[in-house]
Amino acid sequence: MLHALRRVLDHRLLIQTLVMRELKARYRGSALGFLWSFIHPLMLLGVYSFVFTTIFTPQRGDDTDPYALYLFCGLLPWTWFSSALAEANNAIVANGNLIKKIIFPAEILPIVSVLHNGVNFLLGLPIYFAFWLWYRPEGLSWHFFWLPLILLIQFVFTLGLSLFLAALTVHYRDVRDLLANVLTLWFFASPVIYSFSVLEDQGRDLVVNVLQFNPMTHIIEGYHAAIFTGQLIQWKRLGVTGLVSLAVLILGYMFFDRLRDSFAEEV
Amino acid sequence: MPRASSSDGAVPQPASTAVAAKAKPVKPAIRLVDVTKRYRRFAQSHRFLTLKSAFVGGNLFKILRPDEVFTALEGATIDVAHGETFGIIGANGAGKSTMMKLIAGTTKPTEGRVEIDGKISALIELGAGFHPEISGRENVFINGVMLGLSRAEIEELYERIVQFAELEEFIDHPVKNYSSGMYMRLAFSVAIHVEPDILVIDEVLAVGDEGFIHKCLDKIGEFKRRGKTILLVTHGMETVRVLCDRVAWIHAGKVQMVGDPMRVVDAYLDWVGEHVDREMATEERRRIADATGGSGDVARAAKAEAGDAGDTAAVSDEPTGADSAEDGLSDDRGGSEARETSGATETSEITESAESTESTESTESTESTESTESTESTESTETGETRETADPAVTTDTTADASIDNPYEPGRWGNRSVAIESVRLLDGNGRPRHVFDSGDEMTIEMLVSAAEPTGDFVFGLGLFNANGVSCYGTNTDIEDFKAGALDGDATIRFVIPSLSLVQGTYYLDVATHGADGTPYDYHRGLYSFRVNSRYGDVGVARLPHTWEFEGAVAWKAVGGIKAKPAAESAAEPGAAMATPTTPDLE
Repeated sequence: MLHALRRVLDHRLLIQTLVMRELKARYRGSALGFLWSFIHPLMLLGVYSFVFTTIFTPQRGDDTDPYALYLFCGLLPWTWFSSALAEANNAIVANGNLIKKIIFPAEILPIVSVLHNGVNFLLGLPIYFAFWLWYRPEGLSWHFFWLPLILLIQFVFTLGLSLFLAALTVHYRDVRDLLANVLTLWFFASPVIYSFSVLEDQGRDLVVNVLQFNPMTHIIEGYHAAIFTGQLIQWKRLGVTGLVSLAVLILGYMFFDRLRDSFAEEV
Repeated sequence: MPRASSSDGAVPQPASTAVAAKAKPVKPAIRLVDVTKRYRRFAQSHRFLTLKSAFVGGNLFKILRPDEVFTALEGATIDVAHGETFGIIGANGAGKSTMMKLIAGTTKPTEGRVEIDGKISALIELGAGFHPEISGRENVFINGVMLGLSRAEIEELYERIVQFAELEEFIDHPVKNYSSGMYMRLAFSVAIHVEPDILVIDEVLAVGDEGFIHKCLDKIGEFKRRGKTILLVTHGMETVRVLCDRVAWIHAGKVQMVGDPMRVVDAYLDWVGEHVDREMATEERRRIADATGGSGDVARAAKAEAGDAGDTAAVSDEPTGADSAEDGLSDDRGGSEARETSGATETSEITESAESTESTESTESTESTESTESTESTESTETGETRETADPAVTTDTTADASIDNPYEPGRWGNRSVAIESVRLLDGNGRPRHVFDSGDEMTIEMLVSAAEPTGDFVFGLGLFNANGVSCYGTNTDIEDFKAGALDGDATIRFVIPSLSLVQGTYYLDVATHGADGTPYDYHRGLYSFRVNSRYGDVGVARLPHTWEFEGAVAWKAVGGIKAKPAAESAAEPGAAMATPTTPDLE
């Protein structure tokens, strides 16, 4: 494991370069170019705010007000999570020529997928804070400084899943099709558009208990706490989530490593 | 090549390497120890089952069993010393690329060990890491990083990379707008500037124009001089001979031979020759079966007539365009028809030959009409030869016709009163072959059998190249052999002490016929052979020649790759002179 970590660190320049390549190539040829990194979350926010404040008005407590800010707070990390998985899942297959022709550790490809979507997420944050200041000029609470920890947990969790999916997709392309639907379900099973605490308050124990098993629940709740409500993060829950994420990463890597040699032959 | 031999000396002969090399303090740059690579194939149907059981049973690894195993490389043991230029040759699918991938590390051996000492750069596929949407400049950086350079190193090399690729003006354009040549130049340039200790090149020299290839070869030469290790996979045997210190020939996944380039390349080419030989033999058997199976009797008559017309021309010393044009045409159409519907061809063929005669030159029409009428009396040649004689005057005509499509349909006809039982091509040692080197001795051996004793027989043969152009033809009658008696079996050998033909595939007509031209047994194009030549000289025949130089003229290499243009220019007059070949040479 440590050996694997060192190998990845040895290739940090390559990772960095590939992340830059993805970021640069993505909007090449579009008129707004890099601005899209900012516009995407804005438009997403617009759509969701419209749907959930005008069309549906889901039950929510006071702790989700202003709703646009609440929504955005969970939506940004969720977008990171889902787009990273969707991309990493395809990373090995799509970069078959690299795997076959150039010598570098294959895990770099899912890592790049997770990282470059992470960069997009980070680029969305300033927009979020601009809105924040507009709604609440008093600024953020000091709990904001928990953010890096939550980011790390999400990164570890996402990467673990990405490694697993990327390796599996090499052998079963079916995973791609399955994943899109799983992600939709997962989205609604995470407290992005609704508030987890409301569910708890309403005493819907079954739902709450089921959602407890979703690491993304606690990660998104973490963002809510650190940014939106300005409370102390839920130590225990996030701690357990962190451990689970680490386990997912280790298992994901082991799975990936086990199948590694078959990549060049199967892609 | 003093360097070659010295490094040869430094490296123990690969067969015995394992033990001997261990004693050396210096590790070889590349070492393969008993490496086997098996590829697994998974059937699609199986895939579903495995997915199902993977999810249900949760045991993916156990179920992930291959349906088929393909051994790409077996028990390969190779040592490449530092500073050595090592070539790998072999037929397609022999396992060369697998070996490359194993050495480059993109795949792992199923069994055995691969040890690499030094930084390795693999040009297995150029430009593999290029992203089409971003500029050449950015791609140079990314590719450089992928190949293991640091940012500073790339910045230092950047100018040279772009300059070498000759892409200064376009470097800021997205790579997707590059021509394939530009793309490859840039990719090669990056890969070669990475300054690896071991450079692996897999058939990439085939890209780029003449000028760029020379630059690449120069660069490789520079690598060599600086003592870098180069591993070269190529089909270019000249490149191997010129560049490599040692060569491994891989065949069917096994290392067949390792050693001196000349020896290994020759052995490989011999094998290729044998392979081609076998193919040609199979092809030949099929042709003979086709030709002999169908009763093409009627078609034969027409053919013979056509032949006669030509012969007349030859004999009467009138070079006629009509003749060969006619041949070309009638062969072309008549032949193919004969093959399909041999019975019904008669009329059409005759008309064709008549037509073509008319169409070619009105003056000639008399002659050919004559020949059509009085086939019997005129001549006894087999068509091949006939054509041969007529050809020189009309080469242009014929080739024009020939180039349309294969003008030369194989066939067999005649009354078989003197049947050709078998035909063999023998080399200097009397072994049957289908592949010869230019300059080899070749014997055409015909076994004939007369059903009844006869005093009227002529043996003849004609050689045609792949375009259907006659290279040479003769018969015993032309060369003033007066037939005595033939009863039962006889063997006829036509001995060519030095096969003066340029590289290519040749077809052979053999025939027995009466002095008046009545075909006894005519085999058209049933036999073929291939001539290989070290030189790219052109024309119909390779004239025996030497080069003499006087005055202030010097050569860097004689008869090597560098001297090639000279050899070519030599062939030019040769070709011109080869055309007016006369049949009475012998």
